[in-house]
Amino acid sequence: MGRIQLKSVTKSFGDVQVIPPLDLTIQDGEFTVFVGPSGCGKSTLLRLIAGLEDITSGSIDIDGADATDVPPAKRGLAMVFQSYALYPHMTVRKNIAFPLRMAKLDQAEIDKRVEGAASVLNLTDYLDRRPGQLSGGQRQRVAIGRAIVREPAAFLFDEPLSNLDAALRVGMRLEISELHERLATTMIYVTHDQVEAMTMADKIVVLQAGVIEQVGSPLELYRTPQNLFVAGFIGSPKMNFIEGEEASKHGAHTIGIRPEHIAVSDSEGTWSGKVSVSEHLGSDTFFHVHETGLAETITVRADGEVAFRHGDRIHLTPRADVIHRFDEKGLRIE
Amino acid sequence: MATQHSRSVARLMMAPAVILLLGWMLVPLTMTLYFSFKKYLPLRGGDLGWVGLDNYIRFVSSSSFWPAVQATLVIVGGVLVITVVLGILLAMLLDQPMWGQGVVRILVIAPFFVMPTVSALVWKNMFMDPVNGLLAHLWRFFGAEPISWLSEASMTSIIMIVSWQWLPFATLILLTAIQSLDSEQLEAAEMDGAPPLKRFYHIILPHLSRAITIVILIQTIFLLSIFAEIFVTTGGAFGTRTLTYLIFQRVLESQNVGLGSAGGVYAIILANIVAIFLMRIVGKNLDA
Amino acid sequence: MARAVTPRRKSLNTALAWAVGLLIFFPILWTILTSFKTEAQAIASPPLFLNFNWTLENYAIVQERSDYMRFLWNSVIIAGGSTVLGVIIAVPAAWAMAFVPSKRTKDILLWMLSTKMLPAVGVLYPIYLLFIRLGLLDTRGGLVVVLMLINLPIIVWMLYTYFREIPGEILEAARMDGATLKEEILHILTPMAVPGIASTVLLNFILAWNEAFWTLNLTAVDAAPLTAFIASYSSPEGLFFAKLSAASTMAIAPILILGWFSQKQLVRGLTFGAVK
Repeated sequence: MGRIQLKSVTKSFGDVQVIPPLDLTIQDGEFTVFVGPSGCGKSTLLRLIAGLEDITSGSIDIDGADATDVPPAKRGLAMVFQSYALYPHMTVRKNIAFPLRMAKLDQAEIDKRVEGAASVLNLTDYLDRRPGQLSGGQRQRVAIGRAIVREPAAFLFDEPLSNLDAALRVGMRLEISELHERLATTMIYVTHDQVEAMTMADKIVVLQAGVIEQVGSPLELYRTPQNLFVAGFIGSPKMNFIEGEEASKHGAHTIGIRPEHIAVSDSEGTWSGKVSVSEHLGSDTFFHVHETGLAETITVRADGEVAFRHGDRIHLTPRADVIHRFDEKGLRIE
Repeated sequence: MATQHSRSVARLMMAPAVILLLGWMLVPLTMTLYFSFKKYLPLRGGDLGWVGLDNYIRFVSSSSFWPAVQATLVIVGGVLVITVVLGILLAMLLDQPMWGQGVVRILVIAPFFVMPTVSALVWKNMFMDPVNGLLAHLWRFFGAEPISWLSEASMTSIIMIVSWQWLPFATLILLTAIQSLDSEQLEAAEMDGAPPLKRFYHIILPHLSRAITIVILIQTIFLLSIFAEIFVTTGGAFGTRTLTYLIFQRVLESQNVGLGSAGGVYAIILANIVAIFLMRIVGKNLDA
Repeated sequence: MARAVTPRRKSLNTALAWAVGLLIFFPILWTILTSFKTEAQAIASPPLFLNFNWTLENYAIVQERSDYMRFLWNSVIIAGGSTVLGVIIAVPAAWAMAFVPSKRTKDILLWMLSTKMLPAVGVLYPIYLLFIRLGLLDTRGGLVVVLMLINLPIIVWMLYTYFREIPGEILEAARMDGATLKEEILHILTPMAVPGIASTVLLNFILAWNEAFWTLNLTAVDAAPLTAFIASYSSPEGLFFAKLSAASTMAIAPILILGWFSQKQLVRGLTFGAVK
């Protein structure tokens, strides 16, 4: 059980309001990702839900009960911190057992739950080591273990993968997704990495300057970004934005076209330009095209085998059905 | 960044320390101020009424005031110069690669941990005694007439003893500062053609300036109130009566509390001037 | 990267540094040596370095004549008591400053340090008077309190700097895990800060042990610690070099050993972290 509801929540530090009034409902069992650039207030929002910070006004309900003034430990939430926040002087076993010890469970129950979590997370062989003797990925798993033994109403993850190297990050991403499948517990996950958001979330909440820009499933955000910010933030490489005459043709102030929705050709196309840099990734090739008369650079994603080089003049054709149109305020035009 | 609850808990947890220190500061300070405006002779009539600024004027105009100020300044200044100059040289020497660096460090730092009364007595008797002192032996060995240090060269002797105690402190701080100097800076200067003396003057010394300032400020505060070294060596005789010692004598030896308190207020003001500069530096460090 | 130097250069450094080091250490070495001589050998001319008859009689005499153990015990109680009391009061305060900082934290810290700068002689009489009124003169309890107050700013400061190095997330994790404030400090913060607390205790014990203004002025017989014991040798007794040396050696030996362990913390503690 873990339905979390934020009602007109605000947060100010001194005179600075970092979260203007905000409403959000997270359904039970949902994997929700808060995503946005650094400083957008996503971590603050998570800490408000955790109870590590007071909200300035509004209320937070957990499972229908007002939790606004409930201290962190009593909210039934578990948190995995960016730095893992393992207790360095305790063994893995003691780390995982700590919340149970604090809850005054009897020793047999503690042992049972710790062993259970350890076997789920492949930590059984490391139970008597200290955090300092573990690799980054193992530490991460201990932090998760400490969270799952409490059988919380919801898990809160604060950028849990940002301290891992790229290869490990992909692995842990899968493990957390699998964990969610198995436990079916509400998870709230904060990240600045839109790839993590897209791959893991049931629901993505895009934040900027404390304001929710859009809430939706990954594909909703990809297909129908509500404004320029979301359009530019979701998707990699970034969406191309074109203003001026070309946009007016489509009856918009700005039009956006994703790099993967532009076809390239050496002979014909709607637009043309000169290849400045071509990045070959093997499976794909990214072309950064200049001198199109549309924008500084147009990025195009083509098949890995397409072999244009620096200085080549190429022709571009956008797919008409996936051109996004925005008005002067940057809002989507349907 | 915390909740209202943790903030109020925090206030509660700071309270004992804050209240105790506030009491420790305010109660005696108020009393000192109070006595300084009174004629107060505990053994000769006790409280003899308010006298306004009399004590302040008398303290400053007494014949022992200016010599005491002078003695204080000479001791503080002398020790500062000796410890800072030797401290820099010693720190640079200890920073060099050598065998047994750890042991040498231990030898150099040792005097700081010697009780002031012990170091004063050991120097007074075993080194500076004009008959049996080691220095007397040394002088005779070179055919010179031994000096009775504490009476003929009283100030020099006290400065020597105190410098010996404080040199380790200066050295240790300056050494810590030197070790934090990025050696690439020195190598860059060497590549740029700067000879050793110029490297010292343009790179090492500026890097040390902050540490030197701190050594000076902290030592000044401690040196202004040295007591035991004078108490057990000259007892304030032979021109070694510092401001601190003068106040001590007024209060406890001649039991003229009003006069001594006025002196105490002067001492507090003096120390505060130094402390303000120190607090500025420490405060800046807090922001980092 | 430090560059490799020629062995010649390194030998030269070594010789010079050892010479200077021994010179600085010499008064202590000489005191220790003299403590094992007879009184006659102690003032022999020319001075004897190692070629004398080692004897322990001075130590026995010092103990017998002035009851050294009682002064030692007073020193231990006063220095230890004031340090322990100070740490107990300072840990919560340092916790609050390090983990729940507010706009005023910095001002409070600086103000605390500034009380350390108050010259003792400026408040000598009021304290003396209060001690008489409260019956604290020449009691160990009184000195414990005074030395605790003198060193409290340093203790708070040192603990604060150590605590600040502990990531706040770990304490928040404990809070999320259901630890109460007491459990958080007891089970998480204190074990993590053990090295820091240990060096704080060490340095403050040394400072309290060597304190020689209040211990000389506020004690007479019963509570007199080693500083006062040694000061009693400033009378003509000081001319008995061997006994003076034995007494001195006993007074400084324990602290020298502790001091060598705490030299790194010395910089941190006494410069209030302004030199790293």
